Amino acid sequence: MAAPWVSLRLVAPMWNGTRGIHRLGGAVVPEGNQKKERKMLQFLNNHFYDVEALRGYLLQREMSKVHLKNRSFTWLEEQHGPYSAGAFFILKQGGAVKFRDKEWIRPDKYGHFSPEFWNFREVPVEAVDASDCEINYEGLDNLLLLKELQSLSLQRCPHVDDWCLSRLYPLADSLQELSLAGCPRVSERGLACLHHLQNLRRLDISDLPAVSNPGLTQILVEEMLPNCQVVGVDWAEGLKLGPEEQPQDTASPVPA
Amino acid sequence: MIRRVLPHGLGRGLLTRRPGTRRGGFSLDWDGKVSEIKKKIKSILPGTPCDVLPDTSHLPPEHSDVVIVGGGVLGLSVAYWLKQLENRRGGMQVLVVERDHTYSQASTGLSVGGICQQFSLPENIQLSLFSASFLRNINEYLAVTNAPPLDLQFNPSGYLLLASEKDAAAMESNVKVQKQEGAKVCLMSPDQLRNKFPWINTEGVALASYGMENEGWFDPWCLLHGLRQKLMSMGVFFCQGEVTRFVTSSQRMMTTDDEMVTLKSIHEVHVKMDHSLEYQPVECAIVINAAGAWSAQIAALAGIGKGPPGTLQGTKLPVEPRKRYVYVWHCPQGPGLETPLVADTSGAYFRREGLGSNYLGGRSPAEEEEPDPANLEVDHDFFQEKVWPHLALRVPAFETLKVQTAWAGYYDYNTFDQNGVVGPHPLVVNMYFATGFSGHGLQQAPGVGRAVAEMILEGSFQTIDLSPFLFNRFYLGEKTQENNIM
Repeated sequence: MAAPWVSLRLVAPMWNGTRGIHRLGGAVVPEGNQKKERKMLQFLNNHFYDVEALRGYLLQREMSKVHLKNRSFTWLEEQHGPYSAGAFFILKQGGAVKFRDKEWIRPDKYGHFSPEFWNFREVPVEAVDASDCEINYEGLDNLLLLKELQSLSLQRCPHVDDWCLSRLYPLADSLQELSLAGCPRVSERGLACLHHLQNLRRLDISDLPAVSNPGLTQILVEEMLPNCQVVGVDWAEGLKLGPEEQPQDTASPVPA
Repeated sequence: MIRRVLPHGLGRGLLTRRPGTRRGGFSLDWDGKVSEIKKKIKSILPGTPCDVLPDTSHLPPEHSDVVIVGGGVLGLSVAYWLKQLENRRGGMQVLVVERDHTYSQASTGLSVGGICQQFSLPENIQLSLFSASFLRNINEYLAVTNAPPLDLQFNPSGYLLLASEKDAAAMESNVKVQKQEGAKVCLMSPDQLRNKFPWINTEGVALASYGMENEGWFDPWCLLHGLRQKLMSMGVFFCQGEVTRFVTSSQRMMTTDDEMVTLKSIHEVHVKMDHSLEYQPVECAIVINAAGAWSAQIAALAGIGKGPPGTLQGTKLPVEPRKRYVYVWHCPQGPGLETPLVADTSGAYFRREGLGSNYLGGRSPAEEEEPDPANLEVDHDFFQEKVWPHLALRVPAFETLKVQTAWAGYYDYNTFDQNGVVGPHPLVVNMYFATGFSGHGLQQAPGVGRAVAEMILEGSFQTIDLSPFLFNRFYLGEKTQENNIM
């Protein structure tokens, strides 16, 4: 186990506002109603071509929205420098950015952010908080402009998957803190390609639903990154006591 | 009142009315008559199954624009791109004929499932890059409403190729070509190798090339299933049967050099059903040979290779089945989670399988030791003598390993230059090939499928130019050699 290491505290403090378009709005539909709606939709889909075509069209539209969000901003690099271009991408997605020796820049609930960062041509970006953003593989083109990034938080990003993790190796020299908590598409196969990030000191892999065996994965990742503190799952979680292994009561003799 | 009184006095037999007699008809066996009338009405009414015509639901349709022989990943990929790139929706009727619906001997299912861009030919690199982007966005390409998204179980761990002294120069120039085409590959010296992967023994290794992105391995069954599902939703017909005959019509034409050439065109395909003599003649316009290891038989049916040797008519399709073994072993002290697919200088390769210290790998035998491809029996002595020593030399931890299981599969091996055959045949004008990839068909299937579809629909390759892979090269003797075959 790595020695306890104090976090850089570069991850943004408590974020408790709604994100508007990023969060699902409003009331929670009760379980029973949701199931009936889904069944009705499936029935209509299987019996009518127009319903199937409409659903296909809506799906394509959702996907093209994500593509639009992740379009390339690398053309901004020659005019404003790589750090501002990358920061602009993150801020447009709804994430937060911290330049070196400056405060966190974060968009408000309407998606507006202060344009002061356009002046920071030479100031590198230290930390990025891209939680709940819709970054995907193509969008990482823009994120990788930030060559001296030290802390990256990709918590609960719905489109970050194993392919995206294999793209993080250019940040190996500077990245010290990475958080992937709650990403639904990250599995142990993507975590295997984090071994390039040898300067990583803190890795958060808690609450990954796609990882098949969290305890074993934690052990293997710790072996892979010896200098890194891996936060996630308690490795003993996978061990369940069977009926014959129940803790014995104190009256029984202790074996010599 | 009267009703209550009468049964008492006069008894049942006289006054009880039977329902039928109320209408005035006088009949003793009314129930029988009713059922007879019902039967007659049923047989006249439409919509009842009529026993006169036999059931033909297992036979393929009588007409189809395109017939694809072979339902493996290449055949399905061609079908997918044909339907995707057609100009009008429903414009092309495609039929996929597969001999074995369990895919028990098909190369796709038995494959190790790797994808890498470390080739020497630019075309191979581009095909692999396109396939990587296809697999990455597979849920956009193969989206079917109501079906759950596909999980390819892709491991992006990369490929590590090791080269000895004499191959180091070739590897350097290959990596240069790969970087030019856009693959993310880096060269490593033995010291860097030891630093990164301490479990490697770098004795005899002069140089290594390591793929960082878009390389790894995935589950081929998932891709096959996803393609099948999408094709069924797009309206492609599937048929289980064996192609036994092509009916061709020929035309004699004069070339510009005043030579007589016989051009053939297939207009009917006979598809024979399993375990019976029944066959269905399918009228078709285009036939695609994607039969994998058995492509040469299909080509021979069309008359390819029937002529004096040395002529274009006598040039056979040089694809034959070659058996390759894959062994799975368990080694608790073996390399960790970051292990790429390692290909040794001797040709032996291995990769991790899952989280539980299991590994799988194998080695291509030398030409003179080729096993008999008549069946898929595994030779375990081959592992003991030819594979294990090299693995144990390269990774000392593999000296104590325990083989768990093994299987064998076919390569559709191109004996001429180990690269695929794509495109039309010069003499049989409507037969297109998509076969002969000698072990890297799975990773190039999406790109090749698109190339063949473009060739059919537009007449030439539009995105990736695969002209070095045309059939003509067998007659002209121009080899498109690929140096990095495992």
